[in-house]
Amino acid sequence: MEWEAVIGLEVHAQLATQTKIFSGAATAYGAAPNTQACAVDLGLPGVLPVLNAECVRMAIKFGLSTQSTIAPRSIFARKNYFYPDLPKGYQISQYEHPIVYNGYLDVLLEDDTLKRVGITRAHLEEDAGKSLHESFYNMTGLDFNRAGTALLEIVSEPDLRSAKEAVAYLKALHALVTCLNICDGNMQEGSFRCDANVSVRPKGESRLGTRTETKNVNSFRFVERAINYEIERQIQILESGGSIRQETRLFDSVKNETRPMRSKEEANDYRYFPDPDLLPVMIQQEQIDQVRETMPELPWEKQQRFQQSYGLSRYDANVLTSSQALSDYYEITLQHAGGDAKLVANWVMGDVSAFLNKHGLSIEECPVTALQLAKLLQRILDNTISGKIAKTLFEAMWAGEGDVDTLIEKKGLKQVTDNQAILAIIQQVIQESPQQLADYQAGKERLFGYFVGQVMQKTQGKANPQQVNDLLKKALSK
Amino acid sequence: MLHTYSLAELSQGLEKGDFTSVALTQHYLERIKQHQEMLNCYISVCEESALAQAAAADTTRARGAATPLTGIPIAQKDLLCTAGVKTSCGSKMLDNFIAPYDAAVIERCNAAGMVMLGKTNMDEFAMGSSNENSFHGPVMNPWDIERVPGGSSGGSAAAVAARLTPCATGTDTGGSIRQPAALTGITGLKPTYGRISRYGLIAYASSLDQAGPMTQTAEDAALLLNILAGHDPRDSTCMSNPVPDYQATLNQSIKGLTIGIPEEYFTAELNSQIGDTLQVAIKELQKLGANIKPIRLPNTHLGVPVYYVIAPAEASSNLSRYDGVRYGYRCENPKDLLDLYKRTRAEGFGEEVKRRILIGTYVLSAGYYDAYYIKAQKIRRLIRNDFIEAFKEVDVILGPTSPTTAFKLGEKTTDPISMYLSDIYTINVNLAGLPGLSLPAGFVDGLPVGMQLIGKDFDEATLLKVAHQYQQVSHWHREIPNMFKGAK
Repeated sequence: MEWEAVIGLEVHAQLATQTKIFSGAATAYGAAPNTQACAVDLGLPGVLPVLNAECVRMAIKFGLSTQSTIAPRSIFARKNYFYPDLPKGYQISQYEHPIVYNGYLDVLLEDDTLKRVGITRAHLEEDAGKSLHESFYNMTGLDFNRAGTALLEIVSEPDLRSAKEAVAYLKALHALVTCLNICDGNMQEGSFRCDANVSVRPKGESRLGTRTETKNVNSFRFVERAINYEIERQIQILESGGSIRQETRLFDSVKNETRPMRSKEEANDYRYFPDPDLLPVMIQQEQIDQVRETMPELPWEKQQRFQQSYGLSRYDANVLTSSQALSDYYEITLQHAGGDAKLVANWVMGDVSAFLNKHGLSIEECPVTALQLAKLLQRILDNTISGKIAKTLFEAMWAGEGDVDTLIEKKGLKQVTDNQAILAIIQQVIQESPQQLADYQAGKERLFGYFVGQVMQKTQGKANPQQVNDLLKKALSK
Repeated sequence: MLHTYSLAELSQGLEKGDFTSVALTQHYLERIKQHQEMLNCYISVCEESALAQAAAADTTRARGAATPLTGIPIAQKDLLCTAGVKTSCGSKMLDNFIAPYDAAVIERCNAAGMVMLGKTNMDEFAMGSSNENSFHGPVMNPWDIERVPGGSSGGSAAAVAARLTPCATGTDTGGSIRQPAALTGITGLKPTYGRISRYGLIAYASSLDQAGPMTQTAEDAALLLNILAGHDPRDSTCMSNPVPDYQATLNQSIKGLTIGIPEEYFTAELNSQIGDTLQVAIKELQKLGANIKPIRLPNTHLGVPVYYVIAPAEASSNLSRYDGVRYGYRCENPKDLLDLYKRTRAEGFGEEVKRRILIGTYVLSAGYYDAYYIKAQKIRRLIRNDFIEAFKEVDVILGPTSPTTAFKLGEKTTDPISMYLSDIYTINVNLAGLPGLSLPAGFVDGLPVGMQLIGKDFDEATLLKVAHQYQQVSHWHREIPNMFKGAK
């Protein structure tokens, strides 16, 4: 039987606010445990939450960018359950009346088609603290620094049909929230976390199968793997006549599998009810209009501009606009290299990306700055060096060996463009290869490449390839 | 005898230099020492810090920087957080809890230069109508020490009635200021919801809780409300409506004011002698020029059931934080997390608190939420609408505060429903968010009778004015139980 996967994602984007959603405590990551938790965050008796208005502004930004409805009146509710890192015994969230709902995001897939993914809702809520089970013998350590950090939970419609589509959506969402400057997007630090709801059904069936929810998959790669694992697991169960249990599962990135965490039967009854400590969030059209004024150029707007102004393909433009940092890097490089958008695109998406991946770095951490890269590309464009030499130089620059011009000088890599010098080498090669010359002149034109190779070898790659071609052709035809 | 002075009189005496705040504070500390054992109205007495605050107040006054309440002692209900002084909320759960901060009410009293004598006894987490639910034991009614002072602010009420403090704070979720005020013969005001900041007030039912003054006279309540009322950005439900000078309008005549008497408040449930006593008081108000008008509040009978859905629902969530993890009571040697939760909460909370947590958890549960919680919220709106309708025709509503006078200790502890019905006349005022004031209106068999005045939103000034005018022609608020009249 042919199966179809149905996938919806719930993304927790940590809002990039200076202070927490309901208290004045700071939100910086990595501080010593419990140094950024005030009385409100600790749930001391008598404390009260006060909504951070910045969170509302950020939610409006997200709503505007996804063509969502922005609720004129939304309500905070209490989600009640006991856990040691949940200080109040309830989480303040939004339940029946979220601040943003009914929007969509258009996602470019690998096959260059656009897919519209529905955004069911996005609501504001507070994060819990962290339980640290390691390094406390027979005990659990609690760190409340994260408690009360603002989250925007973004719930998609079950519109996604494969792990690849899910990742494409997740990347587009990531690009959006970082572009909007409402989330730093750091997945390692947990600023952008994803739960995946997955079910399968026979192709053509319109009813949904029983779904599982896989929690906290914290990289694009893991999302793809976890979903694929879950799809395969469910298909196997169904094909062998079994049925799927509705349950929450956890992805184990080491074993590359998902495991049950708790089933629906054991699930909490969260006893949601409106939080009497907080007033309904009222949003006037005027405030929405004010936020609209502050909207940045959105990823897809930028993508179109990249296509139109720089003549890039939709695919290239999409990749280069996947984050603000990357598109900035590209544009700064392009501006300073002076033209040839395609060359710059190839470098940024090619060598730069490959090196970053290899070293596990983000574009912000790239040791070769956009200005340094631009200088390198200038030297290609002004024929000082060849593309091949440039690659060697890039490696040296990455290693911090110096700037382009110094390196060219030091390593003597300046391209040889002097006709006489090149001709002299060509003559030398011809003299040393009488047999090849005879064969070539007898019609074995394939041997042309042999001569080029010999010349380039003798010039250590420094000769201008086009010049070598031209001069060699003349010399051999004599 | 300093303890017979009202706040207004104490304020004048301090200003004229008749006595110092230190002397006044010492006088009250002496009285507390003498009577605390019998009444059990304090959980903590802060002798040292009180005398230090008093000395500081005297210095402030000497500098000419005193406010009307500078140097005047006050007792604070033990659910208002006080930095450095235990805030137990009448519970074993918080018996070791010292808050790192002051509640807004405490801050305002401190800013006015008041002297905190101590923290008063109360029903655990403010749940109760007799003060018998305290971890620290019951409070005795100064008018008859075999009787309860009412609750949950029973310690504050008894302390004011026995003149072990010139004034106190209480909190009122379903009648917890007004009912004990009535049962002990003092004046107690529950302001409009949102009039006084709840910051630092340990929550019982957040949509109903409101702090307020408990004093000898309406004028004293006005003086205290003057400093307590006002906006606080730390409480999202605290309103920014302007705060009038409540003292300034006390002496205005009530001629032409219309007082509504709800039919539903004078039925068979009301002790008939209390009914008769109130009729006499109503005549006095008529003599002062008020018009009396019978009115209807048809949904009155729904108040208690609605309250016992909404308040426990909120409480079940508000009290979840007491889990033994971060502060407060923790059971001995928990074997795992679940055991820690279960035993901490089983051992740390008293019976009534557990009963309400169970009720609240039940009414919020999946499948019951709509039938109980949502329905209760709808009826709550109907109850408020009754008042809104009535206030189209009247300025103030008058009725009893409590259906009975103070009952005997132990009389109702085995019957929670009859205990809950002690609040039938006060609960609806909380559900509607309105201000309500109880003042002494006479005695039945030697026990005080309370009269309740209910006002429009943020119209505390009218309640205080009517009460003050009545107190100009009555002496009930000046009565002191025999045992506590003495020179010390």
